[in-house]
Amino acid sequence: MLDAFLSSTISMAAPLLLAALGELLVEQSGLINIGIEGVMLTAAFCAMAAAYATGSIATGLGCAIAGALLMSGLFAVMAVNLAVNQVVAGTALDIFALGVTGVLYRRIFGETGKALTVRTLRGVFRGALARLPLVGPALLQQNGLVYFAFLMVPVLHLVLYRTRWGLKLRAAGERPEAADALGLGVYCLRWQALMISGVMTGLSGAYLTLGYANTFVEGMSAGRGFIALSIVILGGWRPVRIAIASLLFGAALALQFVLQAVNTGLPYQLFLALPYVLTLVVLTILGGQGPVPSALGEPYVRE
Amino acid sequence: MSPVISATVKPLAAMAVAIGLLAIGLAALGANPAVTLTALLSGAFGDWLAVADTLLKATPLVFTGLSVSLAFSGSIWNIGAEGQLLFGALAATACGIHLARWSHVAAISAVLGAGAIAGALAGALCGWLRTRFSVNEVISTIMLNFIALQAVSWAVHGPLMEPSHSYPISQKLPAAACMHWFFPPSRLNCGLLLAIGLAPACYFWLYRTNSGFELRAVGRNPRATAFFGIAAGPITVVAMALSGGLAGLGGAVQVCAITQRLFERFSPGWGYEAIAVALVARLNPLAVVPSALFFGALDNGAQVIQRTQGVSPVLVQAAQGLIIFVLLAFDTPILARGRSATLPHHKQPADA
Repeated sequence: MLDAFLSSTISMAAPLLLAALGELLVEQSGLINIGIEGVMLTAAFCAMAAAYATGSIATGLGCAIAGALLMSGLFAVMAVNLAVNQVVAGTALDIFALGVTGVLYRRIFGETGKALTVRTLRGVFRGALARLPLVGPALLQQNGLVYFAFLMVPVLHLVLYRTRWGLKLRAAGERPEAADALGLGVYCLRWQALMISGVMTGLSGAYLTLGYANTFVEGMSAGRGFIALSIVILGGWRPVRIAIASLLFGAALALQFVLQAVNTGLPYQLFLALPYVLTLVVLTILGGQGPVPSALGEPYVRE
Repeated sequence: MSPVISATVKPLAAMAVAIGLLAIGLAALGANPAVTLTALLSGAFGDWLAVADTLLKATPLVFTGLSVSLAFSGSIWNIGAEGQLLFGALAATACGIHLARWSHVAAISAVLGAGAIAGALAGALCGWLRTRFSVNEVISTIMLNFIALQAVSWAVHGPLMEPSHSYPISQKLPAAACMHWFFPPSRLNCGLLLAIGLAPACYFWLYRTNSGFELRAVGRNPRATAFFGIAAGPITVVAMALSGGLAGLGGAVQVCAITQRLFERFSPGWGYEAIAVALVARLNPLAVVPSALFFGALDNGAQVIQRTQGVSPVLVQAAQGLIIFVLLAFDTPILARGRSATLPHHKQPADA
C-alpha cells in the first residue's frame, strides 16, 4: 500500500512539475499564462492521436510538443506582440483547446465510446534493483519523463540564477522598459520563455495520455494546468520549492486512489475534490510569498 | 471612430472573423461549411420553437454574462461563474424539494433566493480570500468550479438522490417550486424576463451609483483611487458577491424553470461561455442581452448540426475561444495607442 502510494505520488507529481517549471520561466519573463491548461490538453490529444496512428511513442511525444508549441505560439502572439490582457487571452486559450480537441477527437475517433488505447511509457530501470521494496517502485520503476521532470529542477535553477540568459529573462519580468532600453529584447525573451514552456507543457500533456491513461478523454487535463499555476505561487517562484509543492499535490492526487481502494465509507467525491480544496487552503496559508516578478501580468508595449 | 460605433462594429466584425475561421476549420474537417453554417442558422431560428429554444439557451448566459461583466469591470477576474452557478443550482434544488406545501410565489422566491445566496457566498469567499490573504482570484474561482462539480455529483448520488436510487439525479421539484411555461410545448418562462430585467439594474449599479463607480475606478487604477480614500478591499468583496449571486441566480432559474431537478453535467459550460458573452458585450450589462442571444443561438444551432451534420457541438467552444481572441486582437493597445482599451488592467493582488 505504502509503496503504491509513494510511487503514484511521484508519478502524479511529474506532469505537474513539468508544467509548473515551464510556467515559472514564463512568469519570470513577466507573463502569466492561464492557458497552460489548454496547452496541456492539446498536447495530451496530439500525443494520443499520433501514437495511435503510428504506434510509436516517440512520434506521440513529438506531436505533443508540436501541438503545445502551436498553442503557446498563439498565446505569445496575443500576449507579447499584441499586448492584450493575459488572463482573458489565457482563458480563451483554455476554452478554445477544449473545443478543438473535442471536435477533433470525435471526428477522428468517432463517438462510439469504444476505448481506444495506446501503449504507455515504460519504466527506465528493470531488473533486481527496481524490485527493491519502497525505493524500487517509487524511484526506479518510473518512466523517463519523470526523471526528466526532476532533472529540470536543478537545470532551471542554474539557468535562472547562474546564466546571462536567466538574468536577462528576469530583467524582462522585473522592468521590461529598462530591459528593452538596455537592448535585451523583451519580446524575444518572452517568446523564448513561452516556447520552452511549450515544450515542457507538451511533455506534461503527453504524460497524461502516454504516462497514465493510455487513452484520451475530453477535458482530461481536469484542472492540472491550473494546479500547476498554483504550484508556481506556492513554490514562491523558486524551482526547488516548486518541486516540493508538486510532490504535495502529487500526494493529494495519489491519495484519491489509495483512499478509494480502502473504502473509508466517505463519499468518493470528497477525494476527487481534495486537490482543489488543498490548493485553496495552502494558497490561503502561504499565498503569494516570494520574489514575484514586478511586471507579472502587465501588458507591455514597446515604446 | 466614435466610441459607440466602435463598440458595435468591433464585436460584429470579431464574430464575422470568427465565423470565417470556423468555416475554414469545418472545411478542413471535411464538412461543407456553407451547408453546416446554414443548418446552424436554421437550427437556431428555423421556426418558432427553435427561436424559443434559442431564447431559453440564452437565459443562463444572460445571468452568467452579467456576472462576469460586473467582476471584470473592476479588474476582478472571476473565472468562477461556472461554479457559482452550480452552487446556486445545488442550493435551489436542496431548498426547493422541501417546499411542496408552500404557495407558488413564496416557493419560487425561496428557491431563487437560495440560489442567489449560495452563488454570492461562493463569490464573496473568493473576493475575501483575495483582499485578506492575497489569494489570486483566478485560481480560487477556478478551484471552486471543480469543487462545485464534485459537490453536485455528491448531492445527486447522496442526499438529494431521487427516491428509487437508480439514477444519479435529484428528486423532482414540487409543482409549487416550478415556474410556469407560458406557451407549451415551448418552455418559455419568467426566467428570461427576470434576466432581461436584471441587465438595466446592473447597468444602473455600475454606472449610476457610488459603489459602481468605485468598482470601475478600482479596476482602472487602484493606486490612484487609494489616494481618494477608496479602499479596493470592501468593493472587491461586494462585487464578487454580486457577481456570484447573479450566476447562482442563473443556476436556480435553470432548475426551477427548465430542468426541475439537479444532475451531473448540469451546466454545459455557461460560466466559461459567459466570458465570451461579456467580452462581446464589452462588459456593458445592457449589451449582455443581445450578446447572450448570439451565443444562445450558436449553442442551439450547434445541437442541430450535431444531429444533421455529425459535427460535434463542442465546436461552439472552439468558436467562443476564437471570438475572444479576435476581440482581444481588435482591442490591442498596439493599434489603439492613446485610446482607452475596453478591458481595465492592473496588477493582480497576488503579484503585489
